[in-house]
Amino acid sequence: MASVTTDQPAPAHSAPPPPGRRFNRTLPQLACGLIAGVAWVVVYANLAGVANWAAYDLAGLTRGSHLASAVEFFVFEAPKVLMLLVLVVFGVGIVRSFFTPERTRKILAGRRESVGNVLAASLGIVTPFCSCSAVPLFIGFVTTGVPLGVTFSFLVSAPMVNEVALVLLFGLFGWKVAALYMSTGLLIAIGSGWTIGRLHLERHVEPWVYQVQAGRAPDESRLAWPDRVHAGADAVRDIVGKVWPYVLVGIAVGAGIHGYVPENFMAAIMGKSAWWAVPVAVLIGIPMYSNAAGIVPIVQALLAKGAALGTVLAFMMAVIGLSLPETIILRKVLRPPLIAAFVGIVGVGILIVGYVFNLVF
Amino acid sequence: MHIVVYGPGCARCHETERVVRKVLAELQCDADLQKVSDYQAMVAAGVLATPAVSVDGIIKVSGRIPKAEEVKTWLRQEP
Repeated sequence: MASVTTDQPAPAHSAPPPPGRRFNRTLPQLACGLIAGVAWVVVYANLAGVANWAAYDLAGLTRGSHLASAVEFFVFEAPKVLMLLVLVVFGVGIVRSFFTPERTRKILAGRRESVGNVLAASLGIVTPFCSCSAVPLFIGFVTTGVPLGVTFSFLVSAPMVNEVALVLLFGLFGWKVAALYMSTGLLIAIGSGWTIGRLHLERHVEPWVYQVQAGRAPDESRLAWPDRVHAGADAVRDIVGKVWPYVLVGIAVGAGIHGYVPENFMAAIMGKSAWWAVPVAVLIGIPMYSNAAGIVPIVQALLAKGAALGTVLAFMMAVIGLSLPETIILRKVLRPPLIAAFVGIVGVGILIVGYVFNLVF
Repeated sequence: MHIVVYGPGCARCHETERVVRKVLAELQCDADLQKVSDYQAMVAAGVLATPAVSVDGIIKVSGRIPKAEEVKTWLRQEP
């Protein structure tokens, strides 16, 4: 990695260690990173064998029994998903150190719609965002020349298309489903932002929002490489430290369904033939709130038991993309008609995605 | 010295306030600490992501919980 460039000027606001000390620390850190990387690959490559051994030799379970299939599922999937999570969150943490909300706002300010919607949705993936920041971010965007529709493209994409969701989808379903989720999530964000822009709903933003004189904070995106690597490590501590219990519980529930729920149990209620399954899944999913880590393993188990892919993905998008807590937070800046338009338009987008998936697969 | 912690009251914001308070106590610094949870004030200060901390009107961190070490360096920079 580019840690050679350590003698770059460090940012003024974070205190850099003296240059000599930093250089002395870089080499051992690089070596540790390399060893950790190799260990990661070796462990990851041998997980299936270890899971098999743990379920049948160590625990002495009978092959083909309900319990054995649940245990094997858990012992294999839990470490696999956690390891993928650590790797990707670390990488994304580094990427995110380049895309602060301040920088994203600068990129989006004054953009035409359409181009702006595409940019905003894409930046939503890489810009750090937490739903508790939704309000200051919303005000900061719309008062500095980011069009309302473009702001919404960002607000839809940021929570829905995130690295945790993508890792879990990749780990449990493979890259095709992860790629489909990402592209359709982006399309929904672009489409609903564009639609909101066309409807000219600015009058339904609380009037005080446009009266705020938004200040500008310094951009934190100029960091030296060691600081970015630290940002990656911080992200792992912060995000993986927070979501691992959800991942484990989610995979445990998934393992239970995997082992005990009969094959095709879900086919009748969540299968392709049930046309009403997609709208019901979306309606149930909208008020629910869970992070991706908790929902994906359950989704995986539903799918394995005969639920249709489109129905399940629509449910997942509705759960993590739209939520009651977020709409309550946004009520501070948006009047009910705009909230209704936001939820309705995104909901319809998810519905379309669900039906299209069910048709294609 | 005037320190402001911006945050609408989420867990990360409380954690940020705790970190700053701890450092202030440790360094026996008599800076005054203010908590701002009003969105208008937050945006006026230029905060886009919470939690955020400013020292004498300059935003030092936003969108994450600062480390104690970082907070110490902000305080030392000032006379």
